[in-house]
Amino acid sequence: MQRNADFHTRTEEALANAQLKASLRSAMDGLMASRKACFPDADAFERLRLRGAQIRVNALSKLPQLLELLERNCTRNGIRVHWAESVDEANETVLGIMREHQAALLIKGKSMVSEEMDLNRFLESHGIECLESDLGEYILQLAGEPPSHIVAPAIHKTRQDIAKLFKQKFPDIPYSEDVDTLTRNARGILRKKFHAASVGLSGVNFAVAESGTLCLVENEGNGRMCTTVPPVHIAVTGIEKVVEKLEHIPPLLKLLTRSATGQRITTYFNMISSPRKTGEKDGPKEVHLILLDNGRSRIYEDEELVNTLRCIRCGACMNHCPIYTRIGGHAYGTTIPGPIGSVLEPQKAGLKSLGELPVASTLCGACAEVCPVRIPIPRLLNRLRFERIRNDHVGTTRGQGSSRTFNEAIAWKAWSWLHRNPVGYRLAMTLVTRLRNILPLGIGPWTQARKAPRIAAKTLHQRAREEGFNDQ
Amino acid sequence: MPEQKRYPAKPNKAYFFATCLVDLLYPEAGLAGMQLIRREGVEVIFPQDQTCCGQPAWNSGYRDEARMVALRQLACFAEDYPVVVPSGSCAGMMRHHYPEMLRGHADESDIEAFCSRVYELTEFLVHVLQIELKDLGEPVKVALHTSCSARREMGVADEHEVLLKQLSKVELLEQARKEECCGFGGTFAIKQPALSAEMVSDKANAIIETGADLLVSGDCGCLMNLGGHLDYRESSIESRHIASFVWERTHATER
Amino acid sequence: MINRARDAILERLRNRQPGFDIPSQSLAVETPEWPMQARIAQFKSMLESARAEVYPAEPGNWTQTLRRLVAEKRIDNLLYAKHGPLAEAIESAWVETEKPELICDQRPIEGWKDELFFHIDASITSTRAAIAETGTLILWPTQDEPRTWSLVPPIHFVVVDADKLYNTFAEVVETEAWAQQMPSNALLISGPSKSADIQQTLAYGVHGPTELIVILRSAEPKQ
Repeated sequence: MQRNADFHTRTEEALANAQLKASLRSAMDGLMASRKACFPDADAFERLRLRGAQIRVNALSKLPQLLELLERNCTRNGIRVHWAESVDEANETVLGIMREHQAALLIKGKSMVSEEMDLNRFLESHGIECLESDLGEYILQLAGEPPSHIVAPAIHKTRQDIAKLFKQKFPDIPYSEDVDTLTRNARGILRKKFHAASVGLSGVNFAVAESGTLCLVENEGNGRMCTTVPPVHIAVTGIEKVVEKLEHIPPLLKLLTRSATGQRITTYFNMISSPRKTGEKDGPKEVHLILLDNGRSRIYEDEELVNTLRCIRCGACMNHCPIYTRIGGHAYGTTIPGPIGSVLEPQKAGLKSLGELPVASTLCGACAEVCPVRIPIPRLLNRLRFERIRNDHVGTTRGQGSSRTFNEAIAWKAWSWLHRNPVGYRLAMTLVTRLRNILPLGIGPWTQARKAPRIAAKTLHQRAREEGFNDQ
Repeated sequence: MPEQKRYPAKPNKAYFFATCLVDLLYPEAGLAGMQLIRREGVEVIFPQDQTCCGQPAWNSGYRDEARMVALRQLACFAEDYPVVVPSGSCAGMMRHHYPEMLRGHADESDIEAFCSRVYELTEFLVHVLQIELKDLGEPVKVALHTSCSARREMGVADEHEVLLKQLSKVELLEQARKEECCGFGGTFAIKQPALSAEMVSDKANAIIETGADLLVSGDCGCLMNLGGHLDYRESSIESRHIASFVWERTHATER
Repeated sequence: MINRARDAILERLRNRQPGFDIPSQSLAVETPEWPMQARIAQFKSMLESARAEVYPAEPGNWTQTLRRLVAEKRIDNLLYAKHGPLAEAIESAWVETEKPELICDQRPIEGWKDELFFHIDASITSTRAAIAETGTLILWPTQDEPRTWSLVPPIHFVVVDADKLYNTFAEVVETEAWAQQMPSNALLISGPSKSADIQQTLAYGVHGPTELIVILRSAEPKQ
């Protein structure tokens, strides 16, 4: 959301923050260990995630049909379905519903799509209060920050940070650094808000087409509050979250919670299929589902990049990413950070503004190894590296060629020429070995943290010949 | 994800693909790899026309430039001999990325056949040659850093360890978070210098904490990064390619 | 505007339906199956690891267990469903003047939200089924036992019958043919409300119940 300062600046700021580094390291170590404990059998895990991949691929391969089926079944169940091409349209739809009910307070469960919409700022600009109710999101709202992790939004904050924040915002509540006390205080404050709010908003983890069911995964109960207590519930979701069948939910749920936090299941799994029916005593009287595109259908057009849309937002790729672990989510400057964010966000915003993200990876593959739906993240990053410099105007990726520079392109052309002309290559390398004592290999950034590599006296080509290794 | 690979019987001849880093910076590692194979009775062929697998350009987005280089390599390894590569990264490129890279640019069955005979050096030594090592060296404490591509793309992390564990006087020590990337990542080290430096420094700390005398790796990219960083910090830990290390310890020289 | 957006999105999606390289044949994902005693043990240990309390009881006298627990927890009032499946047993076990006071308010939530939110100490509900693998209760809230009863009061008592204990969620969805009959709200509950949002430290009762107390009715002898 904040596309200010560049990635390098934010990265260096993050790296200079020792406390951030320590918090992230211990949090990510913990999340990795819990996840690992949940998947003790490597073969069983491989089969399960192949199943997960199949389910998501199946859904994507039938996406338009499933969206229509979802719409039909939701409508039949009494859920009102809205479509939005852009975040502006989605925001306007929420605003319209709020106005229809003369609602002044929207209480929100955790929703990354609402972050993508920048909904809070939008509604507040129209005089409507938005309140985050997920504990982590609430803390960040108090601090005026966006989430830094999609599952554990306030992972970069210590309890002392949070204690100070509470004291500053609620001077009447005694200062405490005790996690239970802080939690209890938040419960007390938010409970009144759940009681008062006339509209609740949530995201959607899975939308089941065959039954018109919206599924929500959570531990706190705020998601249930938001979708049960206020008379109106608005669910916002990306169009890619649909799955075909209810029987697809158990494997996905299993993969999601285990991959995300290493829980065998979350405290609540909330499946909503209709508003309050006649005779029922609670539940919202109206349920709205907003299906947001915002660039997804364009991503969908690309045979390879469509795999971006498989994501079930577990965050495991972040937890296992050596880059994310060192800089945290804010440095990315996007709604979704980490490896999948570096694939998804540049496609949405265009490579012109976010072309740096696909490059900021060692392609180490830790993300792909844990992805519960087997998204080939390094391969997609590599593809975007191509997109950012290609100049043939083929395909639909936004900002194609925006990082191409004349000098770099010429350098690679020269490199390529040299490496496919063996005679020239051998001559050049031999020359380099001869000049090894005067060649400046200590190129800037490398030698800031390393000794320059030493060029050998003779290349392997020479030595192989000398040692009698045949050429044919 | 590494697939279940079937290994052939020991061949009469094998190709050796040095990689560009080995060629210019670590030729002794390449030579050691070839000598290890030759010692097992296999004739090693080193095509003089080989250069680079193309990965630097491929990972920088310059696909055509990479492709042309890759196609030139294919021409060097025409016979049906195994192609042994002393690098998980370059072997991974040739075995797992060439099919995608060369789709439509070369005969698919040729590509498939070529890719399936690419082996990372340690997997070739362990599975195809079923090498048995006799350790002639002094006792030494070693930390092993397995490259991400050797571990995740080629699935040969175990083979690295198996090889080292055959050396009776080598004590293999395990650093914390050994599966984490060292921060090399090719051009990443130059393009994201701050991040790369942080990663290599963390990795070096973990290795120093083991109390190892020596750092061994099967990939020269990691060695150049980690070894270069250890030297920069004036650490006493030396770094060595796994091929050089194994060869040095098992090769009887007149001392 | 809405229809325009719908048509435009669907149009784009229909234009290009991508192919995928994942095998499409059906994959059997192995699901564990336990004999009844092991199933109960799994269920209990999973719930307990999530900090729920589980008390096995015999079907005939489970209210004894309930009475003991409410006394221990010094609960002032207990929300129960007068016309629900547990009513008869609870009412016959309760002494008129005994604490906690039994409360049943069958008005829509709007009529007594204040009381529900700020004065009810505990609730008790039945369950539709349960899942051993993950230690999960399945609730399909009803007119008698609405959704908020398992959410708003600080303590939630819940009664489970061992013979409704399935191995896995997948088994429940399939055996009960959920796809044909989804209720307004189906809930899986696997512990008390919790959060680890403050420095990865678990805290309970962040929005929902702080305590989840499961009475497991089973004809089998207790371990």
